Amino acid sequence: MSQPFRTEKGGRIDRNAPLTFTFDGEELHGHKGDTLASALLANGIHLVGRSFKYHRPRGIMSCGSEEPNALVGIYRNGDQTPNLRATQVELYQGLQSISQNRFPSLGFDVGAVNDFMSPLFPAGFYYKTFMWPKSFWDRVYEPIIRAAAGLGKPPKSPDHDHYGNLYAHCDVLVVGSGPSGLAAALAAAETGAKVILCDEQAEFGGTLLSESSASIDGKDPADWVSETIAALGAMDNVTLLPRTTAFGYFAHNFISLAERVTEHLAEADPRLPRERLWQVRAKEVVIAAGAIERPMVFPENDRPGILLADAGRTYLNRYGVKVGHKVLVATACDSAWQAAFDLADHGVEVVAIADMRETPPENLMAIASARGIRVEAGCVVTGTLGRKRIKAALLGRLMTSGQVASGGQVECDALLMSGGWTPTVSLYSQSRGKVVWDADKGAYVPGVSVQNERSTGASKGLYGLQATLEDGYAAGEEAAKAAIGKTAKITKVAATGGEAGYGGTLGALPHDRNASRVRAFVDYQNDVTAKDVKLAVREGMQSIEHIKRYTTTGMATDQGRLSNMNALQIASGALERPMTQVGLTTFRQPFTPTTFGLFAGISRGDFFDPVRKTPSHDWAVENGGVFEDVGQWKRTWYFPKNGEDIHSAVTRECKTVRDSVGLFDASTLGKIEVVGPDAAEFLERMYTNPWKKLAPGRCRYGLLLNDAGFITDDGVIGRLADDRFHVTTTTGGAASVVARMEDYLQTEWPDLDVWITSTTEQYAVAAVQGPKARDVIAPFIEGIDLSADALPHMSVKEGTFCGVPCRLFRISFTGELGFEINVSRRHGKMMWETLAKEIEKHDGTTYGTESMHVLRAEKGYIIVGQDTDGTVTPQDAGMSWAIGKKKFDFVGKRGLERPDLTAENRPQFVGLLTKDPKVKLEEGAQITVAENPATGTSAEGYVTSSYFSPALDRTIALAMVKNGQALDGKTLYVPMPDGSIPVEVTGTVFYDKEGARINV
Amino acid sequence: MLLIYCPYCGVERPETEFQCGGEAHIARPADPGQASEEDWVEFLYMRTNTKGIAAERWRHTNGCGRFFNAVRDTVSDKFLKFYKAGETMPDLEAIAKEAGK
Ligand SMILES: [Zn+2]
Repeated sequence: MSQPFRTEKGGRIDRNAPLTFTFDGEELHGHKGDTLASALLANGIHLVGRSFKYHRPRGIMSCGSEEPNALVGIYRNGDQTPNLRATQVELYQGLQSISQNRFPSLGFDVGAVNDFMSPLFPAGFYYKTFMWPKSFWDRVYEPIIRAAAGLGKPPKSPDHDHYGNLYAHCDVLVVGSGPSGLAAALAAAETGAKVILCDEQAEFGGTLLSESSASIDGKDPADWVSETIAALGAMDNVTLLPRTTAFGYFAHNFISLAERVTEHLAEADPRLPRERLWQVRAKEVVIAAGAIERPMVFPENDRPGILLADAGRTYLNRYGVKVGHKVLVATACDSAWQAAFDLADHGVEVVAIADMRETPPENLMAIASARGIRVEAGCVVTGTLGRKRIKAALLGRLMTSGQVASGGQVECDALLMSGGWTPTVSLYSQSRGKVVWDADKGAYVPGVSVQNERSTGASKGLYGLQATLEDGYAAGEEAAKAAIGKTAKITKVAATGGEAGYGGTLGALPHDRNASRVRAFVDYQNDVTAKDVKLAVREGMQSIEHIKRYTTTGMATDQGRLSNMNALQIASGALERPMTQVGLTTFRQPFTPTTFGLFAGISRGDFFDPVRKTPSHDWAVENGGVFEDVGQWKRTWYFPKNGEDIHSAVTRECKTVRDSVGLFDASTLGKIEVVGPDAAEFLERMYTNPWKKLAPGRCRYGLLLNDAGFITDDGVIGRLADDRFHVTTTTGGAASVVARMEDYLQTEWPDLDVWITSTTEQYAVAAVQGPKARDVIAPFIEGIDLSADALPHMSVKEGTFCGVPCRLFRISFTGELGFEINVSRRHGKMMWETLAKEIEKHDGTTYGTESMHVLRAEKGYIIVGQDTDGTVTPQDAGMSWAIGKKKFDFVGKRGLERPDLTAENRPQFVGLLTKDPKVKLEEGAQITVAENPATGTSAEGYVTSSYFSPALDRTIALAMVKNGQALDGKTLYVPMPDGSIPVEVTGTVFYDKEGARINV
Repeated sequence: MLLIYCPYCGVERPETEFQCGGEAHIARPADPGQASEEDWVEFLYMRTNTKGIAAERWRHTNGCGRFFNAVRDTVSDKFLKFYKAGETMPDLEAIAKEAGK
């Protein structure tokens, strides 16, 4: 149970709740309240990972979500989740964790050879080295790079967890629960405003949980936190969300929160999700995201054992963990001194405080002196020793000349550094606000608000406990007033002490070492050094956006929260331009890495996309139908019998339709009811064809263009009464045709008295096609005379099918005698099963979409979207007959008169027959005049449809060919890898050219 | 996700209920047959693609189904005005001035 670096007492861990966990298989001990990082440190383990590029040993550096090094894999539910920050992983009994990016082990890593070869891997290395040959990119270079560089390994199995998602509205959302966030939440909540307070940490309180030197109303700050959270929790208008990261700030104050619900539990209720996505619409937002400490950029600043000073202090005060036994503190500002004092007070030997400033504040000097801590003023760290853990640090004395003189070596097993503080402006930046440089604070701070938000406390560069509390109260009051117009009087607290975060340093620090031999890291996670940034500038990168992409600095998961300011300063020096002119990269969503599961929510597997099923679906499943996806629809592709393959099944289906009868589910076709006194006038204007003279009870094929003159949809339209039409559309066009009709009706012709209703979902449609079609439906239809005279081709009547109301169309998409019966959707299954049984008596068959395609192609009927591509006019398609030339106007009429649309040599719709009747063309294949055209020759056209035709016992194809209708009988070629295929240009109707079969 | 006000329903709803229909106030010539080639091309294809204050058509697709118009700042995504189809185009410059642009 030994935890050699655990303090005797203190901290917020539960010392009565010991926990066992493993790291790379080794069993270790910690306490409830630990993070994995604090528990590892309590066991003296700093080395937790290998770096991304050089495989350098790396240790825990921070205590928050900005952690660049301590990325681990956690086993859970039989698989591991990679790249979790050990600083955020809460310890639980039995937690299993592994280190990443090392082979064979963390201690001995083969990839570390990269480190010794580091001169070979400068900035832009990949761009310079892996340029050619191109074919090597995906086969050779990328696998090598991917194997050598990297983070954790992806999980092997599908995500076992489930995820929740919910929407919420609030008056005031407060992000962050440090002093300013808590004060803001209190002030807003007291007005009665609906408040959500979220914090990415397990416990509310932020820095107050590790503040030893301050008091609030005479109390320990942590006690004030407990009281405040209890008070807020008791209010009905407040929602408290710990373990919840506000990761995205979007337009109109829409903020996404990721709540980690069960990941911290050893045994979670399986009904609960792993994470929950909150999509919050907040009237007002208070950003109290705090600030993070900056690393110092000195040579070898990345050894395990080197931490940010405030992290060292937090591990001590909050988790009861000493980061070392002999600690050196290196700083450029006041706040790190408090870390040294707290460590000394816990019996840790503070070997020295090295402050870059020539004259640190006297009060701090006095406290250090009282504790017997050696202070080196005007002193900087110039290097460190030790491989897997820091052993000693080199000190350098800053001379007035700007040079550095050697200041000797100090032994230490940990180094705490502080280059000052950087306000966390990520959410403000995401809200599209522009940060401004504040020279006094030495930081970029939020500028003008673009959305309804305000930053408070350290996230706007304000430090000191009393000041941040006051600012928080003010922010909360302002937000509530803006949201609900109310204010409330609240009892405000008074604080003493608390760190001040002003001052600090930026950029690479001076040293007396051989500059070509040492590396000072700027971006730890991406292994970018100060030299890399300078090299990028030497090689011509002028803007920070280019430097960022060339070196990858700031492109790691912390988006440069730790590194940006140092990188900017280094670039500014190299460019000899003020830092404010170097630019600043934009922070984007998400604030911290976010799981795909959270975004997907329940939209996975069957719930990924809605599935639409037709009335025949169950019957088709039971009868061995093979399905294809058509948009969201599941349609039966073909119905194989006795082990048929698709070719045999389709051949049989097509022959049966032509010989006797076939049954097809046409329910997916779009259906629109167009009614009203001006319905005929409306259709007259929408479709190319004339409608006013169409008699009730009759149908007509309708062609729909856009105003440019191109075909966009088609379908049969039946007139049921003077003022009522039943319009059908393609399956894919169902929704868009309704939308376009509404568009014209509402915005161009609002004077027309017409109602448009989509009825696609309301009708089930069975197509009965073939010479015996009439015999099949006759027993079930009542109220309609089915004789050819009473119900000729292209007519529609209302009657009943098995006693339920139906609309019976006599239409055909096969060239055979055909009927399409529309009944209410709930009777669709009954209709299908009735007809499926009946066709058997006539040696008929059910058929699917493949046979439907073949049968229509034999007749040369186009399919919009397959034979047309949005640039085909009615003339191109050989359908000039569908145009009502005498009409005053229709959508597309004026477009058709444009010069390009009436020009010669437009692609035209033709049939193609291969010289060899067995050869089937590829759909999409190009068509040329020459048998073996020279490379670069433009094609004359392309194949749009190609099938084996059972009726002709040979292959057939449809195509768009330049000026094709004039090429009838000519030979063209379809060049393919195996040789050129000669084809003859024909008409588009291959079967029953006279159309006799349809009129029986 | 944007919040959009439907002037027919009289309510503000999230963007997912709406579809943008492109630039507003592009009238289809009343007698297309008399439209010159230039006028027709202008109607079909030419859009101002404003960076700043623009009038757009929106449809409350998953609501009342009505088309209406909205003035939006395409830079900030802020909506400045909503009005029914058929109402005259507001003075965009005045709106821009009022919004401090
Ligand atoms: Zn509406």
